[in-house]
Amino acid sequence: MFSAAKKLRQNGVLGLNERNADFIMRFNPRRFYPRVDDKVLTKEIALAAGMAVPDLYGVIVHQAEVRNFSAMIENQSSFVIKPAQGSGGDGILVVTGRSERRRDRFRLSSGMNISEGEIHHHISNIVGGQYSLSGNRDKALIEYCVKFDPTFAEVSYQGVPDVRVVVYKGYPAMAMVRLPTRASDGKANLHQGAVGAGVDLASGRTLTGVLENALVEDHPDTGALIAGLEIPQWDFILESSARGYEVTGLGYLGVDMVIDNDRGPLILEMNARPGLNIQIANCTGLASRIARIESIYDKNATPAERAAVARQEFPAANGGQTPFSF
Amino acid sequence: MKQRYVYVLAALLTVIGFSVFVYKWQVLGFPVTEDQEKPVWTIESAVSFDSGPGSIKVQLHVPTLTPGFRMLNENSVSRGYGFSLNYGSGGREAQWAIRRADGEQKIYYRLSVYEDDSVDVSDTTPPFPPVPVINEPMNTAVEVLVDDVSEHSADTASFTTELLSRMNDPSPDPNVELLLSGVSTNAEFVDIATTLLAAARIPARAVHGFPLAGRQRSASLVSWLEVHDGDRWLYFNPATGEENLPQRFLVWWRGNEPLVNVEGGSNVQVSFAIQENHLDAVAIAETQAAQQGTSAFDFSLYSLPIQTQAVYSILLMIPIGALVMVFMRNMVGIDAFGTFMPVLIALAFRETKLLWGLILFTLLVTLGLIIRFLLDRLRLLLVPRLSAVLIVVVILMLFISLTSHRMGMEMGLSVALFPMVIIAMTIERMSVVWEERGAADAIRGGLGSLLVAVVAYAFMVMPWLEHLIFTFPELLLIILAIVMLAGRYTGYRLTELRRFRELSKS
Repeated sequence: MFSAAKKLRQNGVLGLNERNADFIMRFNPRRFYPRVDDKVLTKEIALAAGMAVPDLYGVIVHQAEVRNFSAMIENQSSFVIKPAQGSGGDGILVVTGRSERRRDRFRLSSGMNISEGEIHHHISNIVGGQYSLSGNRDKALIEYCVKFDPTFAEVSYQGVPDVRVVVYKGYPAMAMVRLPTRASDGKANLHQGAVGAGVDLASGRTLTGVLENALVEDHPDTGALIAGLEIPQWDFILESSARGYEVTGLGYLGVDMVIDNDRGPLILEMNARPGLNIQIANCTGLASRIARIESIYDKNATPAERAAVARQEFPAANGGQTPFSF
Repeated sequence: MKQRYVYVLAALLTVIGFSVFVYKWQVLGFPVTEDQEKPVWTIESAVSFDSGPGSIKVQLHVPTLTPGFRMLNENSVSRGYGFSLNYGSGGREAQWAIRRADGEQKIYYRLSVYEDDSVDVSDTTPPFPPVPVINEPMNTAVEVLVDDVSEHSADTASFTTELLSRMNDPSPDPNVELLLSGVSTNAEFVDIATTLLAAARIPARAVHGFPLAGRQRSASLVSWLEVHDGDRWLYFNPATGEENLPQRFLVWWRGNEPLVNVEGGSNVQVSFAIQENHLDAVAIAETQAAQQGTSAFDFSLYSLPIQTQAVYSILLMIPIGALVMVFMRNMVGIDAFGTFMPVLIALAFRETKLLWGLILFTLLVTLGLIIRFLLDRLRLLLVPRLSAVLIVVVILMLFISLTSHRMGMEMGLSVALFPMVIIAMTIERMSVVWEERGAADAIRGGLGSLLVAVVAYAFMVMPWLEHLIFTFPELLLIILAIVMLAGRYTGYRLTELRRFRELSKS
């Protein structure tokens, strides 16, 4: 038992307690939390900083506004409904189309059909605070449904794959691609059974995947090889996430981006408590990378410079080549 | 930097908590284990006499130095008498006085003592007694006897033993016979012995008291012989010459003065009654603290009304549960619903007992979940839905209680002790997780909560722990210190060793 802990320590693996006590509590001031916990606010400040985000169709704050829903999506055939203060992808409804004949029937990303009444109920639940972190009243966001880039089409089962970058004091420290599976119900959340694939920060190529804390080579549903995929506009993604530090003021930050076919990488949300599974996906400890960042930390570096440093400092252990790719 | 503050604060709290604990334990004698009952004897002496025409003054010898016993309290009951305690030549004397009294009088003096081996005879070393002046022909008898005994002995102890054995000889030599002629009581016998010892220049005196054993309605005084060997006092059985003191011998007074002296009264009689009680060690500590004038008891939970004490004895176990919770969450890494839900469930388990607690909890949550899923179809808004779940939980409790009562299983009644709001929130949370993350996650969370509750319960029902925390609430400071240190524990959780096992390979 102790030898296992010692081994983890040697490999620079970050544990939950250490993450909470030494990084989140130290570098993430509580007053900045609303900037990431409230997705409406995140969108506003990201837009103000000139970052790309999915378009907002509308926000429902009160129960009475639920009836405005149909007006909000009048001209849209696909959209996403999510709680402003949700966590872990809970409460997100992805509507990919609507019936031509009956405009009040919608098709979900899972292929299920639901009525407008059911969507209203879902929005009511969101507004009531069912999915909110604090259990308080919440807002429901209705926004652009990302048409995701074909890069990950082979390794995703429904849903939208996203790129998660953990940023420490403005320096991208580690990244992974989260691939939805049948088990995760189209959600890109590792807790719910999505596959996470590490990313070589130098090249922007995916490494092996991790499913439920164990390494996997192929996507469990599509069977396609996970490693070796090249993420488009990798430079831009790294720089955008590095910029997340200035935008939020959070020293330990997770930036989630999706790659839209038309609009390129968009910031989906940011997270003040990014999970630790990213370490398994990358087969690397976060603590050792954080220690490296501390030693090269430059207060005056621009986001672009920090992204460049990260590319240079944090290549995958074996040069981005996994043993079973190419 | 912050790390150091935490260490300093934790150390400070531990030191404060621990030193108060040690003080109360060692100095004030608070018991660290439960049900420490000490026998306490109450000796009541009643002086009865017929009053004379004038003023009355009663003097009664009362215990002064009581080796092996500590005094708990003493009091006197007398009608209209002025009472005082004075030091006389033979130790303390209780004194009652009244200007006028009519008819038969009865005065009580009551004393409670408990055993305490640390109380020793700390009497001063007496001077060598003067050679007693004795008239002839007694004087010659004394001299011959003393010379003869000292030839057959080596030291004070053997001298005394030899002397007593001669005095107790069934066919005594003529000298002894002469000296003991006219001796009828045990006290007079001891008196002669002290005179003989004084003739040999050995300090000696009579001790009078009782061997305390159980309840005695009329105890009679026993006289023992106390001899000083230049170092310490030795006790001798005057009837055998053996050097010993009867078990649990309470010394009432020393010397050859009479026990009671009544001026202005006649027909004096003194009787003793002994009562044995078992008093909680806490009560004894309480009295002792009061005697020493410390305020430790003013801030003790034992000074609260009994009902409030009962509440606190349960409430004080919550920090223990919280400590277990911290350990299970941050060191072991078990997932549970709600931060303190398991602790409150454990609290309910205390009342229902473990097996029934588990059965009832599982039953309640399962039924609640089924109804919650049915409610889900109604598409109720959040707060009304939560309230509906709460009402359903209350109805379920009622239903379980009534059903089990009809079936003759009285344990089912204790379901009412479960914290219903907490259960309702657990059901709601569990059903949401069930929907969002699947049944496996929900059940895992539920089992995790139960596991933590069971472990917390195991600690919270330890009677000695409950007693310890209740008697020494300052130990909460130590628990606080431990929790603070745990708050700065940045090591891995036990479950993380498994979670990150892929990373510990390379």
